[in-house]
Amino acid sequence: MKTVEEIRAAIEAALPGAGVEIVSNPSVSGQHSLRLRPSHAVAVAKFLRDDAELALDFLSNATGVDWPDKEVTEKVKVTRTVRKTVDGVEQDAEETVEEARKRVEPGCLEAVYHLFSVARGHGPVVIRMKTVNRTDQVELPSLTPVWRSAEFQEREIFDLYGIVFSGHPDLRRLLMWEGFKDHPMRRDYVEPDDFEYEPTAHDEVLKRAVAHQAKQEAAGTVAGAAGVGSGVAAGREGKGAGA
Amino acid sequence: MAVDEGLKIELGKQGVLVTTIEELYNWGRKNSVWPMQFGLACCAIEMIATTMARYDLARFGAEVFRPSPRQADLMIISGTVTKKMAPQVVRLYNQMAEPRYVIAMGACAISGGPFKEGYNVLKGIDRYIPVDVHIPGCPPRPEALIQAFMLLQKKIDGQHLTGPDRPRFLDAEAQGEFPVPVQGEHDLEPASNPGVWTVPVVIR
Ligand code: SF4
Repeated sequence: MKTVEEIRAAIEAALPGAGVEIVSNPSVSGQHSLRLRPSHAVAVAKFLRDDAELALDFLSNATGVDWPDKEVTEKVKVTRTVRKTVDGVEQDAEETVEEARKRVEPGCLEAVYHLFSVARGHGPVVIRMKTVNRTDQVELPSLTPVWRSAEFQEREIFDLYGIVFSGHPDLRRLLMWEGFKDHPMRRDYVEPDDFEYEPTAHDEVLKRAVAHQAKQEAAGTVAGAAGVGSGVAAGREGKGAGA
Repeated sequence: MAVDEGLKIELGKQGVLVTTIEELYNWGRKNSVWPMQFGLACCAIEMIATTMARYDLARFGAEVFRPSPRQADLMIISGTVTKKMAPQVVRLYNQMAEPRYVIAMGACAISGGPFKEGYNVLKGIDRYIPVDVHIPGCPPRPEALIQAFMLLQKKIDGQHLTGPDRPRFLDAEAQGEFPVPVQGEHDLEPASNPGVWTVPVVIR
């Protein structure tokens, strides 16, 4: 099979200005992927499917990735002038210091597709598309018109990540119900606080159960929750003593 | 009025059969518990195996799986109850005629099991409907389902038709319909039915 560089060259030759980027994968598998521009994605997808040499006629998997907003700390070298007293004489001196600067890199949502060729027996070729952000510009073109097998998987991505696929024939939630507001696979998904009964709580669940109990006590609605609370607390103490 | 066991055997030797309506009634009920035909996840495979020739649930009078809740006596919750499915399960339970029983089969049905912290799995069906027998296991073996079944039969056998602990269907005051949870914006609403389920006290 062609390498990603060759595939990219073939795409550029057929569709000038498609702007396909290579996203390299430094791991042992070395499964590099191609990032498509949403504006050209459908055309590129059609090319990948119909090109005689690639003939990627089978989409085996489509999934989503959530890239949350990221705070990056960078070290920047800054040169500034300081007034110094050297040997009793005041003079200006240049000084280079390292400064830590923080900035927020905006997050995005990404859809990833794995393509194979049944006709030529090769694959996978991985293609991806990125949304502009995670909040209001979450549209990507649907690849269902190119590969029918994307239909349910794009619905699942829509349901769990909130990417809106334009051109999808039937974009409804798949696993959650109509009227559900969240996207459970996003990193910032907040689960409902239903930790009132955790008989074998530990680690994260224990923390949530204790927090739930504290909230209940604060609200003064401790009907039967006192028993659970003491149970949770007893479990925590028991663990402490055992350790 | 209960008949003295020894007297009963003695009379039986003489060819006289003595029983009570209660005994006869419970004997009839416990030996023809017809389950409802539906499965929810992997546990359903074990339930199907239980009904087949090797484990043969027919020995207990429960081979007739009814495809309609109107004709079923027993609901076997065999598998994961998702939050999307839970309202339908409660609705089906409401449509069953009394007397009706529920067996919660497997870790998922009793607590959420391996998917307990999942975003779409209910933490046990006993939050919405009364469960008679819980079977732990992932999945419980067919023998466990048979044991649950025998426990249920024992329970039916021990029910008195009058008095304060009589079954729900003989109590005109008892609640017969259970509120169906609504699929809300973030979770099922309410998160449990307080008339059926209260937060259990953990004993350590
Ligand atoms: S308890 Fe185990 S076997 Fe049964 S439905 Fe849940 S995951 Fe499947």
